[in-house]
Formats: sequence, structure tokens, C-alpha cells
Amino acid sequence: MELDTILKAGAVLGGLGFAFGGLIAAANRRLKVWEDPRINATVDLLPGTNCGACGSPGCRGFAERLVAGEAEPAGCTQVDEEQVTAVAEYLGVDAGEAVKRIARLLCAGGTDVAKHHGDYTGAKTCASAAAAGGGAKACSWGCIGLADCAVVCDYDAIHMNQFGLPVVDPAKCTACNDCVVACPKDLFVIMPVDQPLLVQCKSLMEGEAAEETCKVACTGCGKCAMDSDPDAISIIDGLAVVNYDQGVHVSPKATERCPTGAIKWIEWEQFTDTQLPSFTPKGAEHKGAIKV
Amino acid sequence: MALKHHEYSSPHFLGGVHPPESKELTAHLPVRRMPFPDEVVIPLSQHIGAPAKPIVKVGDHVERGDLIAEAGGFVSVPMHASATGTVKEITRWPHPSGNLTPAIRIAVDKHSAQVPRARTIPDWRGLSKPELIQAVQDGGVVGLGGAAFPTHVKLSPPEGTVLEYLILNGCECEPYLTTDHRIMVEQPRRVLTGLLIMMRALDVKVGLIGVENNKPDAIVALQEVLPEYEAELKEHGMRIDVIGLTVRYPQGAEKMLILALTEREVPRGKLPLDLGVLVQNVGSVASIAEIFETGLPLLERVVTVTGHGIRKPSNVLVPIGAKLKDVFEFCGGVTMDARQIVMGGPMMGPSQANLETPIIKGITGIVVLPAGEVKSQEEYDCIRCGHCLDACPVFINPQRLGLLAKNMRYETMQEDYALNDCMLCGCCSYVCPSNIPLSQLFGASKAYLRRNG
Repeated sequence: MELDTILKAGAVLGGLGFAFGGLIAAANRRLKVWEDPRINATVDLLPGTNCGACGSPGCRGFAERLVAGEAEPAGCTQVDEEQVTAVAEYLGVDAGEAVKRIARLLCAGGTDVAKHHGDYTGAKTCASAAAAGGGAKACSWGCIGLADCAVVCDYDAIHMNQFGLPVVDPAKCTACNDCVVACPKDLFVIMPVDQPLLVQCKSLMEGEAAEETCKVACTGCGKCAMDSDPDAISIIDGLAVVNYDQGVHVSPKATERCPTGAIKWIEWEQFTDTQLPSFTPKGAEHKGAIKV
Repeated sequence: MALKHHEYSSPHFLGGVHPPESKELTAHLPVRRMPFPDEVVIPLSQHIGAPAKPIVKVGDHVERGDLIAEAGGFVSVPMHASATGTVKEITRWPHPSGNLTPAIRIAVDKHSAQVPRARTIPDWRGLSKPELIQAVQDGGVVGLGGAAFPTHVKLSPPEGTVLEYLILNGCECEPYLTTDHRIMVEQPRRVLTGLLIMMRALDVKVGLIGVENNKPDAIVALQEVLPEYEAELKEHGMRIDVIGLTVRYPQGAEKMLILALTEREVPRGKLPLDLGVLVQNVGSVASIAEIFETGLPLLERVVTVTGHGIRKPSNVLVPIGAKLKDVFEFCGGVTMDARQIVMGGPMMGPSQANLETPIIKGITGIVVLPAGEVKSQEEYDCIRCGHCLDACPVFINPQRLGLLAKNMRYETMQEDYALNDCMLCGCCSYVCPSNIPLSQLFGASKAYLRRNG
């Protein structure tokens, strides 16, 4: 090969490189969009899980809102106080106050109290059981207990107790809504942790018929409503419904005369009175993630 | 697995399976009427569509055939008391779907002769089309093949629809069941009269009755009475053919039946109506004929009570609302080793957990399986053998769909793998050597998409 050819090739490629480099440099100067450097720094301080519980589309969206002053650092449900303070200090804003929101299960019918009316031998997920007649419990509204919620929880916040009920660890729960979507019986609700009055039942059966299917069912007797403020509790379709509106006074007195214990005053974790070391029933865990 | 094209001798579809038929238990047994039980429970939702609205109060006396609940809309049918008695309670009661749903409980009057009130019997030939459709809705007729879709809705196609074929589904491809078989053998005139009424009402020129070849006596019975209708058919330029079909599950699925009989394939997302075809179950048209023969609404239906877990397998004429336990008592009870009760056929029917569950309009049979036939088999990983692909009658990919379902990628299943085409026939689960409950996973995925979609 002649030296001339090599030089020519080098000159052509080098020239092209310079020309395009110049174009990019010019474009960068003319079309540059300025971004607040604090956004990237704030993203680094956030957990980076993109859970969406703050209401923004991922952590970056939240960081943009934080920098713009549209959100408060406490709006992130995943980090502890120290990290919230770190974000607040970096941005020089108030950390703000956010009431912790967590997932609550509206069923207390574990295998110890709910009537078992048949063996379920199909696919071991709640969704499958619900599609095939509702699983082993006689109550058609109750928790199936095959741990779909525990499987979808990314934060290891849900564990099944020995009666087949999912127990939400309030410290770990980020209110991300995944369990609400996964539960085929719609038993999970996301609510502030400081609303302790909870009706742990969704059965629309009334009276003795309700108690027959589950010992802790709400029978719709209305005693809780009588013992509380007139607006606080109403009985709708055989079920006590608590009014969580602001300014309505609720007290633990409503739970005192409940014949079945369906209405409970819960300040932190659910099912603490029955809970032993938690475990996941055999078959409830998925057989590894199969790559599709 | 699937047969090659030249291996078929009769009209057919492609794919499907052929499970042991097990119809010999009841195929030869005449239908017997069971005595009225002590209580009947009429669920308000026995059909696809809005539930009926009760119009009786607790304590009301009702005669057999009286209206007890009005239709809750156009896609809904009224409910009638299937026995004379007193309304005991309107409450939630176990439903064959597995849920507790609102129902009317009627304590049956043991001393009553169960004779319905005298009523005028309309002559269907003198009725206009809207009157006829109204009469069918008032009769509470739904598809008796299992889906329980209100029949009058099928009788009212949208304006401008041209119907070419009216197909009667006498396939009964589910193993064990002999309900439609016995109706065709014992009441061929009712079946043909019902078909004629529908053909006249919808102005369809060709009626096809598709019967699987494992029911030769049904084909003969229908063909024997067909000449009686020849004159009227000829007068209106109509034709009715009885056609034997390849024995293959799910031959009785609407789209498979249309494909076999007319060689037309219902496209994705379309209805048979778009092809000018309407399909009805033989039991449904027989009950339409019964309305215009006796004036009575749909009060009872033929149910095959069978399986090796029942002492006396029978074809029973059951009042709507009779409880499972009463039906079993009439059939000699269940054997000591009875393990599982399936309502409907074993391929698609849901299992039942409560003997208080009433028989509703859409229940074609009750199969009681003994412990030896119910095996809870261990599930293995998919080995990608492709048997499910061969068996699937709608040509979707159960193997891929199964993996996606296990990974909860429901949206991908619907968008890229045509989950909506799946009718949950269960062929894929039946052939799967790894015992993966594919059909159940698809049912759950569909339920998820309905809930969150």
C-alpha cells in the first residue's frame, strides 16, 4: 500500500470528523437547554425505586417538583427521616409533614376463624383461585390467602401469618399500591396510618348468616354506630362503614360492643393479637422468575 | 396430536382433543322428573346480563309458574317460581359461580298439586316479531348450553343484519353430559318446532342441526320427524338439515361449530351475526317450543347427574332452584369415595363446595368424581413440547401465554398474544404433560384485565 492512500484516507476521515464535530459544537451552543443542576443532585438523594407513591412519575419527576417547590421532601414515602432532612437541607426548604400512608387489609378471616368449605387444588395464586370459584373459604369476600400480595410487594413489607393472612409491616410499606391492584378480592386500601378505626371485613352477609361463614365477620348489627358520633359510622348493605372525612371524631369506644370483633382500633400493625412468627405457605412463593 | 385433514370423515374444525367420552353412564337412560324438594332457591342472576329484580315479599304465596322477579333490563330475563309455596327469605345464597349472591328462597307447599294457574297459550304463528321476542323474554329463556345468554337478545339482531343460517347446537362435546342428547331423542318435535319458530321469526331460510356422530340415535330421531315439517318449510322456501359431525372437543363451541358446518371462520373481535349466522342450543329452542305448547315459562331443565361418584347416574328433570343435595338424594346419593363435584362438564365446569347450591338455568350437568379420578398432580416447568399449540382450536399460543401469565404480564398477553380469543375450553390444560393449569391461568388473567383494564 502506498503512503499516499493512507494519508488520503486519514485526511478524508479526519476532515469529516472535524466538520461533524463543529456541527455538534454549534448545535450545542445554539440549542442548549439549561437544566437546574440541583435536579440531578436531588435524584441521587432519593431512593431511586420509581415506586410512584408520591404521585409523581418516578423519582426524577418528584425531584423536579421538589426543586420547583411544588412538593415537600416528606412526600417521599420510602425514605426515613434522616434522608428527608438531607434532601431538605440540600434544597434549603422545609422538610414538610406527610402523614404516613400504608396498605390495610379489610379482612381478618384467617383460617382459624373463617369457615373452610372445600379443598382448593388448582394453581396456587389468589387470582386463579378467584377465577375458579373463590378458593377454600365459604365467604366470597374474604382473603384467599395464597399470597399474591406478598409476591408483588417489592419492599418485602407483606408476610403471610400462620392463619394465611397477609400482615403489612407499616415500617416497610411505601403505599405503592401494588397489593391493591394484585388482590382479586379488592381487600387492600391505602390509608393514612393515623386513622386507626378499621372495619376488617367486606362481607355483605348480615346477622347470623355472616357469622356462620366467619367468626369475625361484620354482621351489620349497628352497635358500633350507636357508640360513636352520629356521622362517624353508618351501616351500608350489612357492613359498618367508617366516615374518614376530616373533622369527624372517632374513638375506640366504637369497638367495645362489637359482638364479633370485626371493627378494631389499630394504631400500627394489623393482626398483632394473633400473630406468631410469619411464614409463607408452601407453594405461595413463585418458582423463580421465568424469563420470557 | 391433532388429526390431519384427510383423517376426518365428517365436518370438523382443526385442533381440539378427544377425552374419554364417559357418556355410556347415562346416554341410554330416559329423563326422569324428580319430586319437588322442600325448598327451592332462585338466584336473581342466572344469566349473563343484569340481575332480575324481585317483586315478591317475604311471606307471599306463590303458585308454580308465577313471576317472582322482573327482568333488570333488556339483557336480562325474569324469574319464575318453580314450585308452589311461600317466599321464606330474600337473602344471599351460594351460587354455582362460587359467590354468595342474592336469591329468593321459597318453602315448597308439600300438599300442593303443583298445578300452575290456568293461562292462555299464545299461538306463535299469529304473533308479530316483537310480540314473539317479548314472549320469549317473559318465558325467562336463556341459552341452556351453559353460557346462559338471554335468548331474546339473540332473537333481536341489529337492524339490517341478514341471517343466512340458523344453527342448532346438538354437539354436546363435553364428556359425561347427555342432556342435549336425551332432549333430541325424546323431544325431537319440540326441537324442530322451536327451530321453526326461530327461523320464521328471524326469516332465516336454512336451519342446520349439528350433532356429533357419537349420538346416532339423536340424528335418527330428528330425521324421522323432519318429514312432518316438510310442507310448512317448503311453503316458506326453507330447509332444515341434520348433520353429523366429527366427535372432537370443543365441537360445540360456537365458533368451531360454525366453522365445521358453514366453513366460515368468525374473525377476531367479530360475532357470528357478522357472518349471517346465529347459533342456539337444542335445549333452548325446545324450551321456546314449550312456551308455545304449554304456556309455561322455563321452570325446569334436564340435568345429567353422572360420574362414578354417584350411585345412580340419571338424566333428571330438575325444577330450577332445587339444591344439589336434593338432586343427589334422588339419584341415590353419592358414593363413599366421592371427592369432587363439578357443575357443567368436566372440561370447563366449576367445582362446587356447597351442597346447598341450587341448580340454575345454565347448569347442563353435575359430574361427581370419586377420589381415584381426582388427582392433584405435581406441576412441572414447561418443556416447550408444543402439544398445547396443536390442541388449541383458536390457534393461539398457550405455551407462551402460560409463561406470561406466571410472570403477571397480563397486558402483553392481551396485546401481543390474543388472549381475548381464548374461550377457556381447557384443551391446552388437558394435553399438557407438565400439568400446568393453563386454562385456569388464562381465566385468572382475563379476570385481572377485566378488573384493572
